[in-house]
Amino acid sequence: MIYFDNSATTKIDSKVLETYEQVVQTIWGNPSSLHKLGDRAFQLLESSRNQIANLLGTKPDEIFFTSGGTESNNWAIKGTALQKREFGKHIITSSVEHASVANTFTTLESLGFQVTRLPVDKRGCVSVTDLRNAIDSNTTLVSVMGVNNEIGTIQPIAEISDLLDNYPTISFHVDNVQALGKNIWSRVFTPRVDLFSLSGHKFHAPRGTGILYKKRGKMIFPLHDGGGQEKGLRSGTENLPAIAGMAKAIRLLLENEVQKANLEVTIKQRIVDYLQNKPGIKIFSQSSVDFAPHILCFALEGIRGETLVHTLEEHDIYTSTTSACASTKSEEASTLVAMHVDDKDATSAIRLSFDETNTIEEADEFIKVFDKIYQHFAPINHLGE
Amino acid sequence: MKYTEIMVRYGELSTKGKNRKDFIGRLAGNVTKVLRDFPQVEIHPRHDRMHIVLNDAPFTEIDQRLKRVFGIQTYSPTIKVEKTLDAIRETSLALMKETFKAGMSFKVNTRRSDHHFTYDTNELNLMIGDYLFKNMTGLKVEMKHPDLVLRIEVRQDAVYISNQLLHGAGGMPVGTGGHAVMMLSGGIDSPVASYLALKRGVDIDMIHFYSPPYTTEKALNKAKELTGILANYSGRINFIAVPFAEIQETIKEKLPEGYLMTVQRRFMLRLADQIRAKRRGLAIFNGESIGQVASQTLESMAAINDITTTPVVRPVATMDKTEIIRLAEQIGTFDLSIQPFEDCCTIFAPPRPKTKPRIDKVREYESRLDIAALVNRALDGMKITTIYPGDKFLANKAKEDTALL
Repeated sequence: MIYFDNSATTKIDSKVLETYEQVVQTIWGNPSSLHKLGDRAFQLLESSRNQIANLLGTKPDEIFFTSGGTESNNWAIKGTALQKREFGKHIITSSVEHASVANTFTTLESLGFQVTRLPVDKRGCVSVTDLRNAIDSNTTLVSVMGVNNEIGTIQPIAEISDLLDNYPTISFHVDNVQALGKNIWSRVFTPRVDLFSLSGHKFHAPRGTGILYKKRGKMIFPLHDGGGQEKGLRSGTENLPAIAGMAKAIRLLLENEVQKANLEVTIKQRIVDYLQNKPGIKIFSQSSVDFAPHILCFALEGIRGETLVHTLEEHDIYTSTTSACASTKSEEASTLVAMHVDDKDATSAIRLSFDETNTIEEADEFIKVFDKIYQHFAPINHLGE
Repeated sequence: MKYTEIMVRYGELSTKGKNRKDFIGRLAGNVTKVLRDFPQVEIHPRHDRMHIVLNDAPFTEIDQRLKRVFGIQTYSPTIKVEKTLDAIRETSLALMKETFKAGMSFKVNTRRSDHHFTYDTNELNLMIGDYLFKNMTGLKVEMKHPDLVLRIEVRQDAVYISNQLLHGAGGMPVGTGGHAVMMLSGGIDSPVASYLALKRGVDIDMIHFYSPPYTTEKALNKAKELTGILANYSGRINFIAVPFAEIQETIKEKLPEGYLMTVQRRFMLRLADQIRAKRRGLAIFNGESIGQVASQTLESMAAINDITTTPVVRPVATMDKTEIIRLAEQIGTFDLSIQPFEDCCTIFAPPRPKTKPRIDKVREYESRLDIAALVNRALDGMKITTIYPGDKFLANKAKEDTALL
């Protein structure tokens, strides 16, 4: 089996699962309980928080545990918009965000907020000039993703940070769900970033875990009221086994980060070298520094993405269509549509996403299999004619 | 820079005349204690200074520990080099480059005990000064009050070079001031008082009263962990936990509310005094500060102190709370002290304690109790543990967490 769908989810690491099981079995107290079972759980919760803060370069009290990337994004955006509603109701995002950001903005729009969605260029990149022009005195929030989940574009977070240094009252959220462990962390987490989101299952941690980073002093409205966990901002009994697992997963992820990212670059480059110049193939993820190492999006002209995914599946190779291309062309969330890629090509796109568990041999095997598929489809579609 | 030895200058003890030998011996013993996990380190106490030969032990780690040994005025990390001009030049330059910051002035100060060395002190001062001046930018020479003094000592065996004068903790070596007991609650004041007792060379045993189930295990462990921080200043401290719940319950049951606090305190002092006597201490220390709470008015102190003639020393008695807090932060006990675990002083605290208790009344009320029996039962239940620098009792699962995470 070749699993090239790591941006959808990853397999839990066996060492992480070990921790998960141990905690489930032995440290099952409620961290809020007064007795020593509670104490023990509370201590592990805080040890996890400290370790994660250390690894991510934040302070422990800036790390909030959530149920995943979707919740973190919802909370960061709605929480900020609601918190600051008296100061302004204009919020800005890009037109290539993940659905959990894009749809959150749509919801806020329906509640009376004014939303600006920044366009992108051919690389899927927002422009800082556009952002500057969009900002007005009512702007309270800018949310731009670190790494695009469909084609891997790294957004200019550092440049946006420089711009927003001039607007200290605007909160800056970065959806970093696709950005951790790819040797680009300093590009997507600058001192100006006020909030960022992470999702555990994207890096071999258990499902149902996420992180919201919230800079000290930034206020956000809670979406979950209740028993007052997470400093009263995110109530609900903590999912301790999964959180401890996530702390371990982040440690493992960041060990030899450079080598891992280099491996992904090599795998991606090898496949790109093969695909390049093949008639009928369009590559959307470039190999430049503006793109993350682990995502490769391309289209085979005339063949729907879905068809290609299933054909590869027959050979035990797992990939995906980009999240929205397969559905209707009016779908606003699609990165390719926002890039003004032809509808025909957009519906043909598939996404390969690698991580450190993949090998160069798998890349070669993929090329072999894909070449057969290509030879089959080429004459049918008159490719190269 | 890899330092090869540390030269330690003694503090006040140099003024202590014929007792000097004892003081130096005690200091050497205390230094040995704090460096006990570096077996390669050699400690040579001499009449004017102490030399600590590192033998490849890491200076930064040892520096951290020496900072907290009382009786050390200043110390200088030193590099031993062979007796050639080149070696002296090279090491001097490297040392200066490491410590020099823009705008600093310097001078070279050479001393020579080997009078057969090729160059005399003036020649060396000039040659090394010249060499540094040529090879570094922005150096200023200043003879009277330089920021950096490069000290070069030419001895028989080698040349010793240093340019830093680090400040030690001052005070007197722990143990030279005699032995006493300290009443440690776990709040902000008593750890600071402990520190001040240690600073004057008094070797203390900690006495902590605990009252399960009214107080939690955490409160006890907090006091122990505070002792672990204070042990950094003395090498190790005996921690004596004394069960106090029965006494508190009895007092509450039998005595009028206004006098609960005063009588409780008298029992604490009585227990502390007995423990002191058994352990041959000479005094009782505590963290009382005049007027801070009802039990710490002069009237209360008098009514409590009434039970013994043993000196009760109160190092923070006249300090403001802000001064105490500043010191607590400096010695690293503050963050732990403010952890909110109830201790036995706050439970059973009457809503309106007498701030001016009358001694005659206190004595009369107390006489209704079987004091000796209560005291003896508490003493029977006491537990003694030896606590070493940095011992942890609250976060004792940290290792387990590290393994899990």
